[in-house]
Amino acid sequence: MLSRFWEKPLPEGIAADLQAVSFVVLDTETTGFDPERDRILSLGLLKIKGTRIAINQGVELFLEQEHFDRQSVPIHGILKEGRHKRVPEAEAMALLDTYCKDAILVGHHLGFDLSMIYRARKRNELPELRNPALDTEKLYRKSLIKSPVLKKKEHYSLDELAKAYDLNCKDRHTALGDAYITAMAFLHILNRLQSKKDLSTRQLLQLGQISSF
Amino acid sequence: MSNRISERVADFLGRFPPFNEFTSRDLEALALEVDIVYKEKSSFIFKQGEKVHSSFYVVHKGAVELRHSNDGSIIDICDEGDIFGLRPLVAGEDYKLQAQAREESILYAIPIAVFRPYIQSYEEVGNFLLESFASNTRNPYSKEHSGKLQLTVTDNPVTSGINTSYTAVIPLEPKKKIIRCEPQTQIREVAELMTHHSVGSVLVMNGDIAVGIITDKDLRNQVATGKFPIDAAAENIMSSPLITYPSTLTISQAQLAMMKNDISHLILTEDGTPDSPVKGMLSKYDVLLALGNNPEVLMRAIKRTRKIKRIVPIRKRVVQLLQGYLQNNFPMSLTTRLISELNDACIKQVIALSLKKEGPPPVPFSWLSLGSQGRGEQLLHTDQDNAILFADVPKKELPAVSNYFKNLAERINRGLRTIGYEYCPADMMASNPAWCQSLGAWKTRVTEWISNPGKEEVLLSSIFFDYNHTYGDPTLVRELSDHIFKTAESYPMFYTHLAAGALQNPSPTGFFRQFLVEQDGKHKDFFDLKHRALMPLTDAARVLILSHHIKSINGTAARFEKLAELEPNNREFFLSCSYATKALLKFRTKQGLLHGDSGRFIALDNLSKEEKIKLKRTFKTISELQELLTIRFKGATLLL
Repeated sequence: MLSRFWEKPLPEGIAADLQAVSFVVLDTETTGFDPERDRILSLGLLKIKGTRIAINQGVELFLEQEHFDRQSVPIHGILKEGRHKRVPEAEAMALLDTYCKDAILVGHHLGFDLSMIYRARKRNELPELRNPALDTEKLYRKSLIKSPVLKKKEHYSLDELAKAYDLNCKDRHTALGDAYITAMAFLHILNRLQSKKDLSTRQLLQLGQISSF
Repeated sequence: MSNRISERVADFLGRFPPFNEFTSRDLEALALEVDIVYKEKSSFIFKQGEKVHSSFYVVHKGAVELRHSNDGSIIDICDEGDIFGLRPLVAGEDYKLQAQAREESILYAIPIAVFRPYIQSYEEVGNFLLESFASNTRNPYSKEHSGKLQLTVTDNPVTSGINTSYTAVIPLEPKKKIIRCEPQTQIREVAELMTHHSVGSVLVMNGDIAVGIITDKDLRNQVATGKFPIDAAAENIMSSPLITYPSTLTISQAQLAMMKNDISHLILTEDGTPDSPVKGMLSKYDVLLALGNNPEVLMRAIKRTRKIKRIVPIRKRVVQLLQGYLQNNFPMSLTTRLISELNDACIKQVIALSLKKEGPPPVPFSWLSLGSQGRGEQLLHTDQDNAILFADVPKKELPAVSNYFKNLAERINRGLRTIGYEYCPADMMASNPAWCQSLGAWKTRVTEWISNPGKEEVLLSSIFFDYNHTYGDPTLVRELSDHIFKTAESYPMFYTHLAAGALQNPSPTGFFRQFLVEQDGKHKDFFDLKHRALMPLTDAARVLILSHHIKSINGTAARFEKLAELEPNNREFFLSCSYATKALLKFRTKQGLLHGDSGRFIALDNLSKEEKIKLKRTFKTISELQELLTIRFKGATLLL
């Protein structure tokens, strides 16, 4: 009784049953790590519902660039005038509203992606995304066995997750490629977390939610 | 249109049949519509009786087991690249099996609506599916569906052969004795009779006329309950009147009759009335047996064909039959024999039909099957290896006669190709003038091979000496065989050369008992089952049996069995060779069915550990056999 009294209601549109929840896995490639100065180069989005990923709903957008940081090119391979068709930042940011409607956002080190998105949306006079957000690093840490012998690391990279779950790292460091690896890792982690008993949406959020911007 | 993930999926799918037949454009378009499904261990993908999903599944990672839920029996375990859940989709019915993740699995769900057009546009895809559907035809009921499937898939009227068994008259086995008793016989005697013959039913008869039937059920309901004592007369507990049918019943009529009357036995009488003499009895089991792909039915269907094209669908059923035998672990020697008989019948029919077109032959001839076909080991379609041997004719008639046989051979080779035998890449076919000769010319030729054997000659003779007379005049063949042995007697070196040929293929395992895989070419990193494992056995069996002057046995396993008989001190060893041959043959056939090819090249990655161990076990026998050859035909290794 008491605990129920304390709980916040789930955000509108988010089902209590985990099987019915839509997740949007999100990844951005950026020119750098400074949310103020750097820009989003590309945005990868994937939908998961009921442990199922629909490939044709996968989206990868390449954004038009004004600011360009030569140093990060070797990592993500996106040149200012690449072979990809580009969309204006405003368009990409507006798409997020429809794509992520009623979904929980999922990403690896998602806080960073969200801060980049927050700035980008602000520049285009769009309100912040209100979706609940889950960080796969946080969830992964929770899924590990608690033992004084096993010392958990401070940080877990996406590469480490991929290695742990034997995921193919093809297309690593592309927005959609990373989104895919994150999505697969997320499904594996979800399975580990539920090995004892099924989680409710609320319980999952308690384990891995990060504050959105 | 594609994205990074669909490219990933396409890369994966392209490694497995039937998707390896797709152009990359089609494959990418298909991959884009795929859903990736994560399944935790022991979660269900679908359950028996569940309505079909709109997609079928390919295992990307992990393993999925298919089971009958009633008895829990495992039908199949699918792992990387295996397809499941497609047949019910195509047939438009509910799931007949349950699919459960055996371990944490990732599946690709492919919508049937997207896939269906490719079944039509790629012939190989349709064929692959047919062959793999046949793998689910363990129970005779599913025959029905494979028939349906054929119609949906090929949309072509050549499928009439498929339904032969439904309209076919059930062959009554006249030898099958009917267990009978008199109306006055004591129940105890009846029970003893049933136990003695281990049957579930006894006919109660008055002379030739059946008046009733007693089944296990009657004993249970009428006697064990105490209604009648065991010394009462049979007539007290028999079911009567009998439901009788004429003995020319078709399978579907029989099924209907049993269903309609809710009975499991039909009494067949001369004219179908209860008052005429009994001709036989038909149980539910008999019907099931006949419903399953029955070799007799197929054989008749083959012989009835009037067009070569019509043999094609029948051969598809032969493949289904083969699949069933393999799955039910039918004895391999019996399987080989039955399937070879059926394949043989197909070939004979092609020859007979070709002869009809070409007109009667000017002189007697014999059609020889060579190589694996001659050895009766050809279970799946492989290449054609064949030759014509015709009676000697006066020199001035030779050109005309040769010409006739050349035309005939061309027609037959074409026909065989139509029914699924690829042309021989080395052109060892009767349509090649070198392989279509008179008896005299053949004699000269084999004398040449035997008296002066080089590498080429040994290769030719190793293929040729497994000949088997398939069609025509067998006396010609006998004469040639006699000639071969007579000649070989004067040239003992010939056996040494044959043995050298048999030793040419190195034993299949290298250092540390690793598999020797192909180093380069199209089949790099594949294990060549034919070359490395089967050929050493086949070649050794040939030289050993020929050295005992036996030509009548062609099958490799049968040759080893004969050798076991001829050399009692090596009995155990030759029996193990025979066993290894059968095991490898079965392995090859299974692989072939699995991948829709000849099964020759095996990707080791796709083998289970158990399969690898099984394979390796046979290799030990092979290397021992090669040692035996080296010792017995001293000097053979010097010729290598």
